[in-house]
Amino acid sequence: MDGAPRSNDATTEGPFLRFGLSGIALLYLALFLVLPLVAVFVEAFAKGFGPFLAAITEPDALSAVKLTLIVAAISVPMNLVFGVAAAWAIAKYEFWGKSFLITLIDLPFSVSPVISGLVYVLLFGAQGLLGPWLQEHDIKIIFAVPGIVLATIFVTFPFIARELIPLMQEQGTSEEEAALSLGASGWQTFWRVTLPNIRWGLLYGVLLCNARAMGEFGAVSVVSGHVRGLTNTMPLHVEILYNEYNFTASFAVASLLALLALVTLVLKSVLEWRYGDEIAASARH
Amino acid sequence: MSWSTARLRQPSVIPGFRLTLGFSLAYLFLIVLIPLGALLLKAGELGIGGILDIAVDRRVLAALKLSFGASLVAALINGVFGLMLAWVLVRYRFPGKKIVDAIVDLPFALPTAVAGITLATLYAKNGWVGSLFGPQTWVGSLFGPKGLMIAYTPLGVIMALTFVGLPFVVRTVQPVLADFDAETEEAAASLGASRLSTFIRVIFPALLPALTTGFALAFARAVGEYGSVIFIAGNIPMVSEIAPLLIVTKLEEYNYAGAAAIAVVMLAISFVLLLVINLLQRWNQARMRA
Amino acid sequence: MVDTHQGNRHPQGRSLAGAIRRLASVLTLGAAVATAPLLAARADTTLLNVSYDPTRELYKEFNEAFVAHYKAETGETLTIQASHGGSGKQARSVIDGLEADVVTLALASDIDAIADKGLIAPDWQKRLADNSSPYTSTIVFLVRKGNPKGIKDWSDLVADGVEVITPNPKTSGGARWNYLAAWAYALKHNGGDEAKAKEFVGQLYTHVPVLDTGARGSTTTFVQRGIGDVLLAWENEAFLALKELGPGEFEIVVPSLSILAEPPVTVVDKVVDKRGTRKQAEAYLNYLYSKEGQELAAKWFYRPRDPEVAAKYKDVFPKVELVTIDDAAFGGWRKAQATHFGDGGIFDQIYKPK
Repeated sequence: MDGAPRSNDATTEGPFLRFGLSGIALLYLALFLVLPLVAVFVEAFAKGFGPFLAAITEPDALSAVKLTLIVAAISVPMNLVFGVAAAWAIAKYEFWGKSFLITLIDLPFSVSPVISGLVYVLLFGAQGLLGPWLQEHDIKIIFAVPGIVLATIFVTFPFIARELIPLMQEQGTSEEEAALSLGASGWQTFWRVTLPNIRWGLLYGVLLCNARAMGEFGAVSVVSGHVRGLTNTMPLHVEILYNEYNFTASFAVASLLALLALVTLVLKSVLEWRYGDEIAASARH
Repeated sequence: MSWSTARLRQPSVIPGFRLTLGFSLAYLFLIVLIPLGALLLKAGELGIGGILDIAVDRRVLAALKLSFGASLVAALINGVFGLMLAWVLVRYRFPGKKIVDAIVDLPFALPTAVAGITLATLYAKNGWVGSLFGPQTWVGSLFGPKGLMIAYTPLGVIMALTFVGLPFVVRTVQPVLADFDAETEEAAASLGASRLSTFIRVIFPALLPALTTGFALAFARAVGEYGSVIFIAGNIPMVSEIAPLLIVTKLEEYNYAGAAAIAVVMLAISFVLLLVINLLQRWNQARMRA
Repeated sequence: MVDTHQGNRHPQGRSLAGAIRRLASVLTLGAAVATAPLLAARADTTLLNVSYDPTRELYKEFNEAFVAHYKAETGETLTIQASHGGSGKQARSVIDGLEADVVTLALASDIDAIADKGLIAPDWQKRLADNSSPYTSTIVFLVRKGNPKGIKDWSDLVADGVEVITPNPKTSGGARWNYLAAWAYALKHNGGDEAKAKEFVGQLYTHVPVLDTGARGSTTTFVQRGIGDVLLAWENEAFLALKELGPGEFEIVVPSLSILAEPPVTVVDKVVDKRGTRKQAEAYLNYLYSKEGQELAAKWFYRPRDPEVAAKYKDVFPKVELVTIDDAAFGGWRKAQATHFGDGGIFDQIYKPK
């Protein structure tokens, strides 16, 4: 995203304004973003490295990490398949009600996480619409892994689709049409033409989707049941430790999540650095 | 798009329309629409009148006002500073720029509960930032004898929502600004326009659609936010109680229909907002193609 | 817009596609393998105790003690799982299908709510001794060192400039006991005048700057964030906060009158009958009434019911005049819940704009 620095005086600002603007913008970033991030790590290591290590290797913490990984490992690929299919349908064809469809796909994004959890309780809870049937057949959705996965899928639903739709719309259909006219099958066209074109946008979407999937708190909290060592994800474990006055351990687990956020950002930056142009196009919402 | 054809879609040689649209719709229905339908059904138990009664209850109104008002303020803050940050990131060179650019996405990736606990730690009156505004400090004394309370007031809510929505404006404005044609600017300058008037008359109008989109996204995201706000809001009814908390409160009363009703009201507002965003984006695309 | 991707046919495209396919299969397999033990974890005899926030430390220790005791007694190895959260939220989870073998909640009305859905027999509170509450607690004040605001009793809470920290009674069980204790005090000092009591309690809540959703949140606000002059707390929470968070930084003040808080326990009939765990679940609850159980309760600052154990710890727990929820002023939890905390009840009226 490196715009070429302008040398022309007419199209840039004076040095004072430049420094002023940079100063204010960076201060804003520092105040709202860097400070909280630093605080997480300071609190996590407040009692030294030993307690930090103990907090993240304790069995309950490990099972929380494991559950979080499982949930992300299921929900991200599902949203990936959906994202690609939806972007294909929306970008490659013109059909009636498309804007409406895009809005529906975006909807989970602005639904309060509390509501995201609530809807599944209303549907699958013992008092919910399907509750009695599920209980008869001894199928557990709410307060078990499937419920947590569903809530996570709901919350991260638009992430990959939203990344891919504008990208594929911009790329148009000419390359695919060319491949088809040369006799390639639909799947071949997809794997060899479309996928290579969208892969960086795809990866970017996957990264963000994954980060959000691992970090979701509100929705998961409603459907988890909070059984220690069984249905606690990492963000819920952070809250539990916090509520046990175990602040250092709480921030230690939180710092793992923050670290995940940072790794995500680093990966993303590496992608941007190596494939700047392609990614720039994908960032165009 | 030609509306004269009676067909629901334009013909295309590319295969897979049925497969992809069918799958997308099925998935959409299963994951999003059917569960939301259950919500509507539950709220429907109260009838339209019942839902409206809840929506205009003064405490619910106050909470909705706080949720939407604080989100608006937060989105405005992000609009102004996000634009500035995008400008600095695209136009200027400075050491560590790559890191700064990367860190903008942090609120996307940082779990909301972690953000909430951390923000409360920072902005409470004995926190790193909060203590700067205490009554003992000169900054704090500007705000009266008790200093300025950030955490546990509507101000705390705004801080948390600003954090949550920060990346949106930057990320929507950045690419448009990077693409912006320097020739237009040079032309304006050569015609004698000052830097300020070039910005106001030439650059800003071009950025406006992206800015609006980013603003609306930040706003929509903030309205529903729960995890990060709940730790810092104070939760006093009529003062610092957000709408999602009222939903939780109704649930604690085993009043599922009441909770669903507030959820439906929020959902309806969000849906309208998103529809507007997407129309804006279409308009934006049409403009950029032109 | 100009297509920036013309002729952008990277040879890696194919291998990337393959990599994604391989990755997908690995992920699916990994998920399946990893989920299996999680789902199977409840196959052997486990009990799930769904409890409220402040009992975390007590049940952590009690569960270990009970597992050892039950093994010695029957040779059977049990696993006890625990879930903690706000009492109302926990009750709701059980109603919505969380398979709790036993519930140990903050107040009877939360268990009543579960019983109303047919999961527990209506007469549950008579099944175990002492209203099915093996331990009790009360509401006390936690103030900062030296008690700078000179807080001695409920009436001091509404003095000018005093900030009171208590959670929201709508979302926290402990907060309901706080509220009712204040109500009982106001009634007593106004000759049973309900309007005066309402005024006092209303005034009290104008002194509350932060209404957290749970008791633990309020303690953190008071202790860690340094907000407020007095925290209304469970006695056991106040002792725990002293022990864990700041010995010497806070003091406990016992008001002239408080309420006998009875956190009840019971077996969830529908669940234990389905899972065949009634025997173990009942043994678990009975063990709470044993000398060992009572000792542990006392250790974690709950007032034991057992007279012998109570005598042993009598110096720990201050003497205080206690009203009970079944007194005429309240008429039991069902009535108190509806009058004070129901939708549009007295607590809601406090925050109604005039």
